[in-house]
Amino acid sequence: MAMEKILTSAVGVPESWTIGSYEKRGGYAALRKALQMEPAAIIDEVKKSNLRGRGGAGFPTGVKWGFLPRESNVPKYLVINADEGEPGTFKDHLLMELDPHRLVEGCIITGWALGMRACYVFIRGEMFQEAHRVQRAIDEAYRAKLLGENILGSGLTYDMYVHMGAGAYICGEETALIEALEGKAGQPRMKPPFPAVVGLFSCPTIVNNVETIAAVPTIIERGGEWWAEQGCERNGGPKMYGVSGHVRRPGVFEASHGVTLEELIFSDEFAGGPRLGKDGKPKKIKGVIPGGASCPVLTPEELGVRMDFDSMMSHGAASASKRPEWVDEQLWTDSLSWPGGRPRGTMLGTGCALVMDEDVCMVRVAANLAHFYHHESCGQCTPCREGSGWTARVLDSIEAGTGTERDVELLLEICNNMEGNTICPFGDAVAMAVRSYVLKYPEEFYLHVKQGGCPYPHW
Amino acid sequence: MTLHFSEQGEQEFQSILGRYPEDHRRAALLPTLHLAQREFGYVSLEAMEYVASRLSLPTSKVLHVATFYTMYNKRPVGRYHLQVCKSISCAVMGAYGLLEYLEARLEVERGETTGDGLFTLSEAECLAACDKGPMLQCNEDYTGCLGARREDGTWPEVDALLDSLRAGRGVPVQG
Repeated sequence: MAMEKILTSAVGVPESWTIGSYEKRGGYAALRKALQMEPAAIIDEVKKSNLRGRGGAGFPTGVKWGFLPRESNVPKYLVINADEGEPGTFKDHLLMELDPHRLVEGCIITGWALGMRACYVFIRGEMFQEAHRVQRAIDEAYRAKLLGENILGSGLTYDMYVHMGAGAYICGEETALIEALEGKAGQPRMKPPFPAVVGLFSCPTIVNNVETIAAVPTIIERGGEWWAEQGCERNGGPKMYGVSGHVRRPGVFEASHGVTLEELIFSDEFAGGPRLGKDGKPKKIKGVIPGGASCPVLTPEELGVRMDFDSMMSHGAASASKRPEWVDEQLWTDSLSWPGGRPRGTMLGTGCALVMDEDVCMVRVAANLAHFYHHESCGQCTPCREGSGWTARVLDSIEAGTGTERDVELLLEICNNMEGNTICPFGDAVAMAVRSYVLKYPEEFYLHVKQGGCPYPHW
Repeated sequence: MTLHFSEQGEQEFQSILGRYPEDHRRAALLPTLHLAQREFGYVSLEAMEYVASRLSLPTSKVLHVATFYTMYNKRPVGRYHLQVCKSISCAVMGAYGLLEYLEARLEVERGETTGDGLFTLSEAECLAACDKGPMLQCNEDYTGCLGARREDGTWPEVDALLDSLRAGRGVPVQG
């Protein structure tokens, strides 16, 4: 199944980041076409395409654009979220490094469609190389009169700037990112008002992920319907997926939205299956985090799921795992479902999966994640600030062999109390992630408590 | 106040200011702190005061921002700042082992600088290079795949990296 590569078409092309290479591959034709179209028609194509936000939330892009007021006395801004930092996620950096003009073209088309004045690309502070490539692409676009005043005679005046972050995971949250752009600590704002109404510099603002905007030129070139057909229902287009961890061929892969997680991990076209053990045989997979650290973990029995936003949300509920008799029944039941009773599934997130094989200790994985969240919590809301550190300390103690059965229950209680009680979804992410390890691998937690330590190899 | 941007730094500062609306000068704070770090080596309290004066901000606001973000070094760092990603993808691929190996080779603990001022060893959170874990960032460069520690305890790729840096040849280009 040799699918045409769109988002990764630059891979393997010499100097793919230059404007010459991009134009040779058909680049900026979509912009010329878009500038002949009515802005409303562009928004319609994006709505038809079923493109959904690829930073992890999966919100329909065309609908988000629709929230922006048409008329405005103040400038409207586009902000690109290039703060890729969800542990296990490594796709946007590839786009910025190898195909920055695709991003630039998408930004200009979006600016035209939404009547914007300027675009800020907020790039993670650590990504020097990527920022350099994006800045270079912007400079080239200015020289080619694709940015600046009266672009290609259309009357559109539009500027693009790179703004570097400085090392804070929370800036991936759109309102924290706006705060950082304004020169403040990245602490999320209360919503509403949403950024589409009150965003950057108190002006109407759309915040979109790199991969999302990189899809726009192709949607305009080939039409929204074409893009929708490349995916599955309600999830349009090809998508960039990643696989890291214990597989033979880790990397970024482009596939139809709706490829299964199993295919991504096992197919030779993608990650090529689990790594081999000393005996030359493939190791057993113990768990897979499907789309970045915040996504609840899946067991090897749960991998036959389509990697689209809707399938993942209703998949991988831990209802199948058996309650250990030492965990309170009500607490276990409460932990399995959302308030209201709907079972908690996992999430597609960023679509970058992490594969963990039989040598991995799931208590240690949960502890690693909890420490990450504790370090990155912005500190605004008490449940998140205190809860993330508390789960980390309890998990450390279980891993070290000084934990008790009651500590395992305590983890579930902390998670359940953190969720829904914070300004932004960071607190929910901590809860969803940590809780999933207790619910899916209770026997490992039990083993640590009973043996007084970790039974797995040190890593 | 004795700190000042160099001529080139001053040019860059003016170019930074040009990126934001005139009535939102504060937006230049993050890039200006990055610039100050490059100009002065690290973001000392004196550097924060200087940045505050240039952007007409109270020093307390600059302090708040400079201490919120981890990339602003509040203490001097070595010529090569080695940051090991210890987030989950790198962790399962041996990041803790890499940290321990570097601690032993450099004879420092994480967070410290070697006596000759050459290396600072730090932990970092996800560097978005999960397919090449464990990932190490040296100043502005990613090292690429470092492989794994051998069973006899050696780690030739890491040794080669340190040798190259000590010899002033920078990060070796890897496939």
